[in-house]
Amino acid sequence: MPSQALDNQHFEVVIIGAGMAGLAAGIRLALGGKNVIILERHNASGGLNSFYSQAGRKFDVGLHAMTNYVPKGTKGTPLIKLLRQLRIPYDALDLCPQNGSKVSFPGCELGFSNDFAFFESEVARAFPKQIDGFHALAEEVRTLDAFNLGSMPTSAREAVKRHISDPLLEDMIFCPVMYYGSAEEHDMDYGQFAIMFRSLFFEGFARPLDGVRVIIRLLQDKYRSLGGVRKMRCGIQKIHTNGDRASAIELDSGATITADKIISTAGAVETARMCDDQSANAASDNIGQLSFTETITVFDKQPTDFGWDETIIFFNTAERFRYARVEDELVDPTSGVICFPNNYQYGNDRQLDEGFLRVTAMANHDKWCALNEDDYLAQKAYWYEELQKVTLGLLPKPKGGLNLDEHRLATDMFTPRTVRKYTGHLNGAIYGAPNKIKDGRTHLENLYLAGTDQGFLGIVGAMLSGISMANLHVLQGD
Amino acid sequence: MTEDQVKQIVIDIINDIAPDEDTTDLKSEVNLRDQMDLDSMDFLDIVMELRKQHSIEVPEEDYPQLASLDSCAAYLTPKFNA
Ligand SMILES: Cc1cc2nc3c(=O)[nH]c(=O)nc-3n(C[C@H](O)[C@H](O)[C@H](O)COP(=O)(O)OP(=O)(O)OC[C@H]3O[C@@H](n4cnc5c(N)ncnc54)[C@H](O)[C@@H]3O)c2cc1C
Repeated sequence: MPSQALDNQHFEVVIIGAGMAGLAAGIRLALGGKNVIILERHNASGGLNSFYSQAGRKFDVGLHAMTNYVPKGTKGTPLIKLLRQLRIPYDALDLCPQNGSKVSFPGCELGFSNDFAFFESEVARAFPKQIDGFHALAEEVRTLDAFNLGSMPTSAREAVKRHISDPLLEDMIFCPVMYYGSAEEHDMDYGQFAIMFRSLFFEGFARPLDGVRVIIRLLQDKYRSLGGVRKMRCGIQKIHTNGDRASAIELDSGATITADKIISTAGAVETARMCDDQSANAASDNIGQLSFTETITVFDKQPTDFGWDETIIFFNTAERFRYARVEDELVDPTSGVICFPNNYQYGNDRQLDEGFLRVTAMANHDKWCALNEDDYLAQKAYWYEELQKVTLGLLPKPKGGLNLDEHRLATDMFTPRTVRKYTGHLNGAIYGAPNKIKDGRTHLENLYLAGTDQGFLGIVGAMLSGISMANLHVLQGD
Repeated sequence: MTEDQVKQIVIDIINDIAPDEDTTDLKSEVNLRDQMDLDSMDFLDIVMELRKQHSIEVPEEDYPQLASLDSCAAYLTPKFNA
């Protein structure tokens, strides 16, 4: 249906965005029998974690690893709760556990897997003097109430320093936790740290063989089967207000619709700026500062053929790990994440046909967006090479004298400009605003936030956010 | 509708929303939460299904009435027969 056909229609709930959060919220509301519509500006679902085709080859945008992995039937964990709330059977996700990952710093490496005892043994091996403190930290993180820290420090750096006195180990713990879940620079909220630590180390990493599209299709199909309506290429231009309420929604096409309630997953600042009672530069102090670039390399061999067996490598080559906006360059290649999507236990002789290597590093949004088209392409080529150099410096030499250049089939790279273009996130900030809006409320009484800026990061976090905001603001006390 | 039928309706709903829970030997008088891994989100789903399948409304302040199968039956049977 062309969006013109939506003109003057009324819905109980309008959801802005068909990313993980919007789709999950949509399923909940459709389950609750609501007249709900999801509106998405892009032509594909998934938002920050989507997929595309190039020269007949399918690429995932995100999905290094789905965090929070637990085996089937592990009660009371976020993944299992999420599936139950969405009424999606565990097996449908085709989650295949990781082989094993590591944190790689100058002169020190720590392996970890989906078995926490292995991480503990690695810490004991590399930091024998710190292991008691590490056990104490793990115990605290396991049991603390992430939403009510009581007398504990809110700064995760401070909290961790109470247990870990070696700055190298401190940085090595923070590196993966921040890369997979901090919108804040340098430090993070201890509650958020605890949630991420659990999702990475106590739980673990997994991936469906066919990548993120498995998750997106499951969500879409579920939503559709419940009668939910979704419209693509249908951006929200403006939210009209009347006093404390959102009174109407104006689409890019010019059509206007109305809704009792609106749940926006477009971001806190991005959403505020859609409202006609806010200025175009409202809330500028809460725009995310962290953006990333990612290179993708496709090989005609498996990574293990080169002797690269890990699933994810979180690396830092500088003296201290710095998780913050990139100031002077387009990219900060001194830290990042290396991912081999092939290195999961797919079972039954299943494997990706081609070998993939993905490398993520922090990047400067403004500088990337200021480049003209020729420079943009030239800089992409330059930084692709730089990141490959860093990566090859960290990985063992290719086995059996294999020459990488002879086995490279394709490459791609996205930058903060790409993220901005396809998801509308200001600054291309993948993890959104540094100050999360935990209750999902906005200045308007019938407009709510879900997803990245409500507080939980990552794929599982975004879905849980969509679920909990739909429950709290629409279904509960209905 | 008898209290036993109402209990069966609640058990059917739990089987629907939490297929991984074993509902075969539930004790009527014991809190559901103590016998299964159910949280407040799951109780919201029980309420949602009561409305969808049976047009029974349970206001939020009454959610505690759904604690055990016995209390469900006592609270819901009059609503089913109204
Ligand atoms: C390269 C990359 C790798 C990643 N890897 C992982 C990983 O390995 N594991 C993991 O757990 N997480 C990963 N993530 C993070 C994860 O993708 C996100 O945290 C999650 O997808 C956020 O979902 P969301 O629904 O909150 O937001 P979004 O996905 O941003 O959804 C918001 C949607 O709203 C739409 N929208 C915005 N403005 C409007 C408007 N005005 N009108 C209509 N629609 C609008 C956008 O187009 C978008 O589709 C990665 C992200 C990236 C970019």
